[in-house]
Parts: sequence; structure tokens; C-alpha cells
Amino acid sequence: MHHVLLDRWSQGASPLHRRDARAKILTLVVFLVVLATTPADAVAVLATYALLLAAAILIARLPLGSVLLRAMVVLPFSITFAIISWLAGDPWRALALVEKSYLSTVAVLLLAGTTPLPLLLGGLERLGTPRLLVLVAQFLYRYLFVLSEQAQHMRLATACRAGGSSRGRRSSFRAATGTLAVLFARSYERAEGIHRAMQARGFSERFSLLRTARFGTGDGLFLLGVSAFLVLVRLG
Amino acid sequence: MTPVVDSSPLIEVRDLHFQYEDGTQALEGVNFTLQPGETVALLGANGSGKTTFVLQLNGVLRGQGSITVCGLPLTKQTLPQIRSKIGMVFQDSDEQLFMPTVLDDVAFGPLNQGIPEEEALAKAKSALERAGLAQVANKAPYHLSAGEKKRVALAGVLAMEPEILVLDEPTTFLDPPAERNLLQLLRELPQAKLIVTHNVRLAASLASRAVFFEKGKLVASGPVDEIARRFEWTYSDLPPADLRYSAHRRF
Repeated sequence: MHHVLLDRWSQGASPLHRRDARAKILTLVVFLVVLATTPADAVAVLATYALLLAAAILIARLPLGSVLLRAMVVLPFSITFAIISWLAGDPWRALALVEKSYLSTVAVLLLAGTTPLPLLLGGLERLGTPRLLVLVAQFLYRYLFVLSEQAQHMRLATACRAGGSSRGRRSSFRAATGTLAVLFARSYERAEGIHRAMQARGFSERFSLLRTARFGTGDGLFLLGVSAFLVLVRLG
Repeated sequence: MTPVVDSSPLIEVRDLHFQYEDGTQALEGVNFTLQPGETVALLGANGSGKTTFVLQLNGVLRGQGSITVCGLPLTKQTLPQIRSKIGMVFQDSDEQLFMPTVLDDVAFGPLNQGIPEEEALAKAKSALERAGLAQVANKAPYHLSAGEKKRVALAGVLAMEPEILVLDEPTTFLDPPAERNLLQLLRELPQAKLIVTHNVRLAASLASRAVFFEKGKLVASGPVDEIARRFEWTYSDLPPADLRYSAHRRF
């Protein structure tokens, strides 16, 4: 599954993995701004960004092909808008839409693939993201694994009872809707259970978290260096 | 952590009643006392009120009747203190381990107690060491085995330095080696314990006394084997010799 793979990638030990999450998040923001403001016909500049991303993926020791393939998930959306732009008589804009959305996705994947989610969320929070949003993402991610495991067990149980006979799409659709309903009810119960467990350990509406991440000189240099390089490339 | 040494009871429950919102009467007039250093097993059928009862002790569920924990009457004002004194390990570890990393999870309780971050971190690390899990501190809970999850859940409450441990079905989902590890760890912990379980073997090896729940009432209290015999609370009614005999006859 997608999130399992990202989780595995993020456990690496490359120089990029070691950077503080805040340095990487801010660098990503600089990259996205620089990319968004690059003129559509500046092909050489866009190619430099692509090369920079490829180099970063290799430095992070992530599988280049797999990252590039996974980033294609954005293409159906951007190509739809590109076609509309093309039909409206703006082919450069169409091309830029596809290029920029694809490079942005690669950059986001690079961040997610080099930063374990807990650190990424901690970084977002320390950069001012509302805690409630961070907590929702944190709980969603934590229980995605539990839910997907439950869903797999239920699918297996359904398959066992189907006895190998396929009774058509309608019946498998009905089985899937039943599974979804049960998963929803179980998630609801689980949420109550989690709340009880939180209360039992003294939770009283305010979340206190350990802040173990440190923003070092190396992180500052990384942020400034990469940002300066991006701005220089952009201004040509 | 040193257990309380005076002889006043750690937990005293008088005439406790509880009804769920759907009208199910879950507890009816329960009286119970836990003495310092005692380990008590709570036996009884599914739905007899065991888990509902232990959830009353730290005010997660609130019924009618009086509950006193370490001399403190259970009220809204005393809840934070009482929740620090009772460490509760839930049946489903996935419900208890909700933080992104093991260390964060174990530090959750101490941070809620208002302990400064550095100290909370030290307590979390020492609780993990005590549970023999220092090496998984930075792992995500979903990367752990069932046995490790259970011990992390236990470390999470040990970090709060409770005086009483409440364990709800602690051996569910554990394979025999993991169960053995957990048992050994529990035996080494000095706290008084309340163990909700169907596992009579576990009850007999840890508990000095058992109480039996039936339809929301606490109907008996006594030595574990006596209670197990009286309520026929075993998995098989055939002694081992008969089992061997029937196996021999079949083949």
C-alpha cells in the first residue's frame, strides 16, 4: 500500500533523512513558490528543477523510478486542465500545468519519503499549523493501518464464505457495502475505546507532546543553501 | 515506586450501581475492597460487568455508589489524582497506543500529569527499560508484535508511577512466549493489581484472591482455585488422563 511504502522510505538514514523536518518543509515551500512563479516557456529553468529533484532523490537513496512513477498519480487531474487550456488556445500554459504539477508532486513525495510522519507532523505544528489539524492527521495515519488490516481480514472472510464461486458484481458490491458499514461502526466503537484509554491516562482536552526534534546549524545551512540556489536559478 | 505500606484499603467500593444508556443494568450493588500488595483476579462470563466495573474505578464510567481510591473519594475534583494512582492497561493495545511513536505514547501519561518535558522523557525511557523495550522507543506502534504492544501499553501506565495496576484481559492475542514474558514482568511489579481475565491459569499464577461477577453482581470472593471449582470456571471437564485415553482409543 502507498502509505506503507512511504513509511518504509522515510525510515532511511541519508543526509536528507537527517535534516530537521522544519528545514525540509520550508525548503519545499520555497521550491513550490519558485516553481509556481517560473514562466511557462522557461524550459531550461524547469529542467534544472527536475535535475535538482532527481539528484535529491538519489542523495536520499530512494528508488528514482518508483518515485517518478508514483508522482504520476497527479497527471489525470492536471492533464484534464491542460487539455482545457490547450483548447482555449494556450499550449504553453497547458504544458506548464502538467510540468509544474508533476514536479510539485515529486517534491512532496521527496519530503514524505525522507521524513517519518510523526516528525513531519511535529515540524508542521512547530511551524504554526493548528494543533487540531495536526492531531486529526496523526490519528488518521495511526489508525489507517488498523483499519486497512481489519478491511483485509473482512475481505478474506467474505472470500472464504463465497466458496470460490463468483455470484456476479451485484453480490460482491453488496458484500463490499456491508464491509464498509461494519468498518464504520467498528471505527466509531474504536474511537470511544481510544477516548477511554486517553482519559485513563489523565487526558483533559489539552494535548501535550514531547518536542525531541532540534533545528541545528546544518538544517539552517540546508534551508538557506537550497533556497538561494533555487532563487538564483529562477532569476536566471 | 514504593507501594503504600499502611493497611487502609487502596480501593473501597460500596453499593455501586451502573446502567448503560440503552438501559442495560451492568452493575448492581457491587461491594469490593483491594488491600495494599494484593492481586485480585476478576472472573466471570462475558457481559457480567467486569470491565464496566474497572472502568468505574478511575471515573471513565460513572455510576451510583461510593468509590474511594487511596483514601480519596472519587469526585470530579479528585479525578486527575485518582487517574495517576490507577494505571489501566486495556484489552486492545491498539486502542491504548494512539501516539505516533512508542516513546511519545509512553510519555503521554506523565505529560498529562503536568510533569516537565525533560522529566517526562526520563520517566518514559525508564518505564520502557523496565518493560525491556528500550530498543523500540522510536518505532511506530503498528510495527510492533502483539506482545510488544502489550508491554508498551504497560510501560505507558508504569511511567505514571501508579499505586494500582488494572489489567483487562492482559493475555489476549499473545502467543505463549509473549504471555510468559508478560507474566514474569507482572510478577516483578510491586503494585497491587486487579486482573480481569478468563484465563484461570493466569489468575492462579498471579492472584492471591479471585472475585466472581455474575449478571452485574459480585457474587463470590475467595482463593482462585476455590472460585474456579465452585463456578466450574475451566476450559475442559476432562482430566488430562482421560484426554490421553480418548486420543489413544481413537488412533
